[in-house]
Amino acid sequence: MDVNLVPLLPAVQVLVTALVVTLRDLFIKDGESRGVLAFYSLVGLGLAAAEVFFLLGGRQEGAFNDSYMLDRFALFFALIFILAAALTILSAIDYVRQTGMREGEFYALILFATVGMIVMAAANDLMVFFLGLETMSIAVYVLTGMWRSNGRSSEAAMKYFLMGAFATGFLLYGIALIYGATGSTNLAQISAYLLDQPSEWPVYLIGGGFLLLIGFAFKVGAVPFHFWVPDVYEGAPTPVTGFMSVAVKAAAFAAWARILLYKLSPLDNDWVFPLWIIAIATMTLGNLLAITQHSIKRMLAYSSIAHAGYLLIPIVVGVEWGGLPLLFYLLAYSFMTLGAFAVLTSMTEGDESKDGYSDFAGLGFKRPFLALAMALFMLSLAGFPPLAGFTGKFYVFRSAVLSGHLNLAIIGVLNSLLSVIFYLRVIVAMYMEEGGAAGKSFRQAPFVYIAVAIALLGTIYLGILPADALDWSRRAFGSLE
Amino acid sequence: MNHPFLPLLVMFAVASVIVVALLTVASLFGPKSTNAAKNDPFESGNPPTGDARIRFSVRFYLVAMLFLIFDLEVVFLYPWAIYFRHLGVFGLIQMGIFLVILTVGYVYVWKKGALEWD
Repeated sequence: MDVNLVPLLPAVQVLVTALVVTLRDLFIKDGESRGVLAFYSLVGLGLAAAEVFFLLGGRQEGAFNDSYMLDRFALFFALIFILAAALTILSAIDYVRQTGMREGEFYALILFATVGMIVMAAANDLMVFFLGLETMSIAVYVLTGMWRSNGRSSEAAMKYFLMGAFATGFLLYGIALIYGATGSTNLAQISAYLLDQPSEWPVYLIGGGFLLLIGFAFKVGAVPFHFWVPDVYEGAPTPVTGFMSVAVKAAAFAAWARILLYKLSPLDNDWVFPLWIIAIATMTLGNLLAITQHSIKRMLAYSSIAHAGYLLIPIVVGVEWGGLPLLFYLLAYSFMTLGAFAVLTSMTEGDESKDGYSDFAGLGFKRPFLALAMALFMLSLAGFPPLAGFTGKFYVFRSAVLSGHLNLAIIGVLNSLLSVIFYLRVIVAMYMEEGGAAGKSFRQAPFVYIAVAIALLGTIYLGILPADALDWSRRAFGSLE
Repeated sequence: MNHPFLPLLVMFAVASVIVVALLTVASLFGPKSTNAAKNDPFESGNPPTGDARIRFSVRFYLVAMLFLIFDLEVVFLYPWAIYFRHLGVFGLIQMGIFLVILTVGYVYVWKKGALEWD
């Protein structure tokens, strides 16, 4: 058996960090400061990021008979996950203290979820993928319910768990059918089978593919599998919501890109049309419903549904044009969404989350930096140049036009126009309305400010100088084999 | 019409027909008597006492969950032990890592007091 442990390095690094945080937490007495745990977590994530950069320089290697491939694609996503986890932990440090959540478990679970995500992105075997998915999902179910004194949080966790378990069933059944049809769970062998005998595909192979599709559509929150998203995102603690809407979504799209878009691409003809409908329904419904919301957190939940719709465009477009825009958009989306949720986190007062539009009224005068950052994140999400969201959308719509899906591009642009309504409302509330906004000062929550600043830098950088990241995305997708 | 799964379909059809037919015949021709005892929940012949929805201590669930985890640990150890000679040092290290991770969980539940009943 070919065992090669080098590619496991980043995942193992994060795993060991999580175990150390879990153990260290036990030996801190109640009432003492647990800040050291966040520090350990961030150091561990930093080391993992360094290892990712180190491995980027080497040649691509697989572990365990290539059922785990840490190629450039996986490394690209590993960096997104590490970034999301680090920004989440930074913006959560003050939040978890205020709301009385258990700190050690919070950081450890974020790290465990990150391990699962890295495994998902690197999985070259359906069973390994499933392991990663479960590791991630179970950690995130618990994170959703971490705020135990808050009824909404428990309700969200229960809903998420039940719906998630159901969707997992679809995925697993799809894997079983594909295994039944092709005789293997290894993606390389499945793809070889698909190219080998295109005329003799049994019906249940297509069925298995569709079940996988449903499972993925649930995980990214695409219409009509989106019903859990608003409730769960609203009920979960705010930093966790940011983590879910970025990292969990990116992990699901990573697996989607590798498994369905790339390895099972011979089946494209069967699902391009349903996916086309799903993509359009997802962005339109997400944007329309976001307009009617009164809570910014819930608005961002619907906006994340809409963005899942934009992200589905490259998947409909297919493997030839879709890879680069999918990866780049996910990177851009990560920065702006994490930033927006970090600002939202700083609005918490005591154990009350202040996330209505009226709670943001007057923020522009009280906390100029937070308001400016929030304004830029909103503009970026709406797709204004020269911010990351614009560049991302430009390449997504460009890929649709180039591949002949002009209708998708037009509907996408119209949807972006629609989204301006609710994104600008936040800016209007912050700068043109009077009110007693409750943002924290730098002194009260320094780490949130650091997280916001990092996200802001990323959003502006990817908007103005996207060349490196674009090149990086292209090479990452090109490394799939 | 020679699909390999055709017999399966026929079997499902026949099974459904038999089930529906038997239930219909029984409800049409069977003797019917209704009394209070028939609606009681079955408690092995004793008259039922109390409500079925009583509150259990949450510790029962905790113990069940912990039992499940450490029971599964042993289940994983059996095949490893049988195959031990072939796996050699590599297998030993692998199982060691697995056990270390589980031990962290064990220390966690111990320190958190999940093993104490009160």
